[in-house]
Amino acid sequence: MRHLLSAADLELASATEIFDVAEEMSLLQGRPVKKLPALRGRTVVNLFFEDSTRTRSSFEIAGKWLSADVINVSAKGSSMSKGESLRDTVLTVAAMGVDALVIRHHASGAPRQVTQWIDAHVLNAGDGTHEHPTQALLDAFTLRRHFRQTAPTLRDFEGKTIAIVGDITHSRVARSNVLLLNTLGADVIMVAPPTLWPSGVDSWPARFCTDLDEVLPIVDAVMMLRVQRERMSGGYFPTPREYTIGYGLTSQRLEMLKVGAAICHPGPMNRGLEISAEAADAANSLILEQVAAGVAVRMSVLYSLLGGADDTPPPTAREPLG
Amino acid sequence: MTDILITGADWLGGGRGDLLVRNGVLADPATAGSDIERFDADGLIALPGLVDLHTHLRQPGREDTETVASGTAAAARGGYTAVLAMANTTPVTDTAEAAEHVAELGRRDGLVQVVPVGAVSKGLKGAELAELGLMARSPAGVRVFSDDGRCLSDARLMRRALEYVRAFDGVIAQHAQDPRLAGPDACCHEGTISGRLGLPGWPAAAESTIVARDIQLVQLTRSRLHVCHVSTAETVDVLRWAKSRDIAVTAEVAPHHLLLTTDEVLDYDPTYKVNPPLRPAEDVAELRLALADGTIDAVATDHAPHARHDKEHAFAEAAFGMLGLETALPVVVETMINPGALDWAGLAMRMATAPAHIARLADQGRRGVVGEPATFVLVDPTARAVVDRDASASLSRNNPWHGRELPDPVVATFWQGRVTFRR
Amino acid sequence: MDAGGGEDSRIVLDADQIARACARMAHQILEANRGAHGLVLLGIPTRGVALAERLARAMAEVERVSIPTGALDVTMYRDDLRRQPTRPVGHTRLPTAVDDAVVVLVDDVLFSGRTVRAALDALGDLGRPRAVRLAVLIDRGHRELPIRADHVGKNLPTAADERVRVRLEEVDGVNEVTIVRDGQSSPETAEHG
Repeated sequence: MRHLLSAADLELASATEIFDVAEEMSLLQGRPVKKLPALRGRTVVNLFFEDSTRTRSSFEIAGKWLSADVINVSAKGSSMSKGESLRDTVLTVAAMGVDALVIRHHASGAPRQVTQWIDAHVLNAGDGTHEHPTQALLDAFTLRRHFRQTAPTLRDFEGKTIAIVGDITHSRVARSNVLLLNTLGADVIMVAPPTLWPSGVDSWPARFCTDLDEVLPIVDAVMMLRVQRERMSGGYFPTPREYTIGYGLTSQRLEMLKVGAAICHPGPMNRGLEISAEAADAANSLILEQVAAGVAVRMSVLYSLLGGADDTPPPTAREPLG
Repeated sequence: MTDILITGADWLGGGRGDLLVRNGVLADPATAGSDIERFDADGLIALPGLVDLHTHLRQPGREDTETVASGTAAAARGGYTAVLAMANTTPVTDTAEAAEHVAELGRRDGLVQVVPVGAVSKGLKGAELAELGLMARSPAGVRVFSDDGRCLSDARLMRRALEYVRAFDGVIAQHAQDPRLAGPDACCHEGTISGRLGLPGWPAAAESTIVARDIQLVQLTRSRLHVCHVSTAETVDVLRWAKSRDIAVTAEVAPHHLLLTTDEVLDYDPTYKVNPPLRPAEDVAELRLALADGTIDAVATDHAPHARHDKEHAFAEAAFGMLGLETALPVVVETMINPGALDWAGLAMRMATAPAHIARLADQGRRGVVGEPATFVLVDPTARAVVDRDASASLSRNNPWHGRELPDPVVATFWQGRVTFRR
Repeated sequence: MDAGGGEDSRIVLDADQIARACARMAHQILEANRGAHGLVLLGIPTRGVALAERLARAMAEVERVSIPTGALDVTMYRDDLRRQPTRPVGHTRLPTAVDDAVVVLVDDVLFSGRTVRAALDALGDLGRPRAVRLAVLIDRGHRELPIRADHVGKNLPTAADERVRVRLEEVDGVNEVTIVRDGQSSPETAEHG
């Protein structure tokens, strides 16, 4: 695998491989020497155009535990008026001789555009409202562990129904999760008020509905998405309380879940808005496990991209704008 | 200037004949003397020089991306003999002095007739009318007014503008984009692809609702409206309704909307970022039908040069716009002539005569008969080439056709007897 | 999977011979260690793990105590990671802490010695054993590093272009060791040695 830009880049076999390796990587946390030499001599740059202490630290630890040299570059988005283009910014960083760029950007598609300009491996750490593939991987990894403990089946996700609830149209986590969970064989149901549905839902590999109460009793896991209060200024829903009553995982709604159904949230949470404190702290909440899984999964992804011979770049790369 | 005798040219596909260019006009070929330049046009079609209702020449303000000199050189290469230069320069063309400045640049440097378009509102802010009357009275003789780049969204201001220009046979050219439905971030047709790619959507309704509103205002004010860069089937529907009632509205379509679809943005390549955005294939098909049946009156390039450093950004942050002057005729030949949807007479109407009429340009889009200005273009209907963005007269390179094989028709362009381009 | 003794392959150990070799090695390990005290067996995946479990069973019969047995995956410590596409990682399972233990690394074939070098590095990051010993079923020579086995099931001189193929019932359904000429063997026995 040369880049990880989208959850769609992963087939069932490669996703399973990433999970299995992540299991091995997670053992590192309990060891006296938290180091594996697999990426020794490789240089990884975290190029973050959007702040995120949590995700960036997670990638930083992941790279360091694999013995890579990790550098953090915080690039403020170069707007047109400032002169330096995205291409210039990226080429400057890559010119120092990096093996991989972990990119987080506020604009959808930036990591894919970057692959046209440099040879290094590119890992999408979240681009605009488009995708966040490592988040989906750690979400699914956490769910896999949960299912293996509570309801093991021959294939971990087949036959499982998973709901994703919230601001879907603006959620890169939702997009990546839908693609990955679908690849893994799960049935995905998206729940949101109509104003937060993305355009073109017919092309999504998931069912869409507007009634959370109808969905909760039948799911094996529910993933609550963060709702930004700023969305109200766009008129997407009238008030926070109306949102919570219609789409929040309240303590009343906890009762509706099946025994053993898991609760997930990619964080950071708005306690009291999309998820109640009771739900966040419930016994079947996997939220802390999700956070803990982040390093192991990111180590697994970095190993997958950088732990072997470099592939030759694909021949279809476009020339730069002349 | 020596006379030029062009032999064997086929004017609009109506039959072979000769053209004699003398002192800027077409003279009787029988009066050709011996001291003449000869031009063998056997196999070539002659069209009136093309007229572009919608060009961005970028001068004054962004001479790094295009000047009147380079832009008109590109126009001549594309078979054009007149361009209307949009007002969103720096400073904005919203006074008679600014319009005169652009007209003077055109006279001094232009390889085609340069006609300045005046802003409708001061500074393009959409709040107060600009000095439309003074611009019309100036030697530049502005008749087309547009806030292009921005939508004139205030209904009352649009009404006033339509009423006001009636006094001097002006026309308001609207960039239809309701800012409340498609704001400044909107950059991708709202549909399956925008949803999947996570790009802010630009719904078709943002265009068609403004057009519908403006057509009703035209009825109210008994004035003239021109709709810039129609991009959706929804807008075509509205235009059909208006034309069935003989309401004075005209419309243009850009070449890229006749051939390119939203699929081009799947890789987030900002070369394909344009406003209004590329639309799905269904809209492209409707636009071609509308151009063929006259619901859309004209092709206009919306030639929009951009520096590399303004395009090489994340898609949502890159500048909007594509080059178009040199590739417009090739695209129209490819999408309309070759499939048989238009003949050469129909193309000439849509790319020369109708635009000239809309802009009230007396010397453009005329017939190829003795006494008329020698303003025409000779085209080879069969020639094809792979587009090379570096082989361009423009100063910019944001060319969406690079690497694509298209017709390569323009052989020579004549403007008032002067050869402005020759292959 | 072709049957043993095909055109260019020959069987060098059959099931009985493998069993005897394991029994002898189990006794030798106990003898060298003067009993089972402090022993930890770590098999190198894949077949080293099965062998370690066989040795542990044999030793348990003799000493009447169970010997802590596990697996030590060395993929991340290989010196040739960058020469092939990213390799899948095997499972590491430590039955107990290795500090001050006598760790016996168990593998099926000792060849260049690079696998054992990687195992020593992996072990070093897990703790500080009192001693590390090496038990292998087959020593086929051609060492590229200064590594030697303490306990060997069979010494097998080979040519460099031959491949030694160990098959164990737990993994392959049959017990035998064969030598094949290069180009005949199947990919799962890709050698690191």
